[in-house]
Amino acid sequence: MQAFKNQSYRDKVFYIIILVILSLFFLAVLYPCIFVVSASFSSGTAVQAGKVVLWPVDVSLEGYRTVLNTPDVWTGYANSIFYTVVGTLINVCMTMVAAYCLSRNDLPGGNGLMLLFTFTMFFSGGLIPTYIVIRQLGMINTRWVLLLPGAIGVYNLIVARTFIRNSIPLELLEASQIDGCSDIKYFLRVVLPLSKAIVAVMVLFYGVGHWNAYFSAMIYLHRKELYPLTLFLRQILMSSQIDPGTVQDPEMQQRLQEMVGVIKYALIMVSMIPVLVVYPFVQRYFVTGVMIGSVKG
Amino acid sequence: MLIPVIGNIMNIGCEKVLLMQNDLNLNYSEIVSTYVYKVGLSSGITDFSLSTAIGMFNSVINFSLLTTANLVSRKLSGSALF
Repeated sequence: MQAFKNQSYRDKVFYIIILVILSLFFLAVLYPCIFVVSASFSSGTAVQAGKVVLWPVDVSLEGYRTVLNTPDVWTGYANSIFYTVVGTLINVCMTMVAAYCLSRNDLPGGNGLMLLFTFTMFFSGGLIPTYIVIRQLGMINTRWVLLLPGAIGVYNLIVARTFIRNSIPLELLEASQIDGCSDIKYFLRVVLPLSKAIVAVMVLFYGVGHWNAYFSAMIYLHRKELYPLTLFLRQILMSSQIDPGTVQDPEMQQRLQEMVGVIKYALIMVSMIPVLVVYPFVQRYFVTGVMIGSVKG
Repeated sequence: MLIPVIGNIMNIGCEKVLLMQNDLNLNYSEIVSTYVYKVGLSSGITDFSLSTAIGMFNSVINFSLLTTANLVSRKLSGSALF
């Protein structure tokens, strides 16, 4: 506050205007989140009638109980966690290896390889040629289709390559080569431990991308046991009903029809929770890590 | 940095739009990516050749915008991507 008081008058006005505009944006973004949380804790009839405005009306856990009793949601959860963990592992391994190789100036054909990578950023075949390629590779309806295509994101590759070039001095490589260190050993023992920040950033970006992905799963997967959670969420959001065939109990089936609204919001909350839980632990890497691939000095 | 981003200027991305589309707003919410998806994969009569052509056309426009931005940047400020 003392620093604020010492500003000139024009600076104060500027800051106050910025504060007001940002507060308005903040409220506009905050309200849907609060609404989803409140609606998920309300009873079905209250949500249907539109009585829920800010706080939960008729607080009850029936939305959560219905959602957690549906076996589809549990398969979706397991699949989403599988795709996120394994997918992020594959992504980070491949990106780090490629970034290290491309960061070395003595790689034969390094410039040509980098050109090929960046070309895919600007130009791609489109939806249908990709679909045809994947179909001919035999990956339709398998788990690999969500893990392998797009394993290296070129933006992340460039950030990692710049980071390795700028933060790991050439003297380290020369010193280790004098001691007889091979390239692979140098990568595993020297480069990787020094790149923890960039690995954390990539885990964050790739992980969130995998958790939120629904389009690839929608077009390539046709078996329900492979669907990630996002596809069930989409099913409910589009048609406002869980497929009654999966629910055994007829009484439960009838209750489902009454509770479409609450189910929607409870499912949204359920799919948000893992990301919210993991985020505080990686947040400290995120703030320092995003600018870490930028050019220094 | 602007030059690579301009290369993607025509790709709004179909994921968000696809979720919000319904029959009522189809007049206004049909973008290139969702139309390609509809014609190529999701409708009963899929026409691979048409949607491939549309996708290719989209990519060509993006690429020409990219080379134009590169040229303009080279003329105006002397620095360019390639």
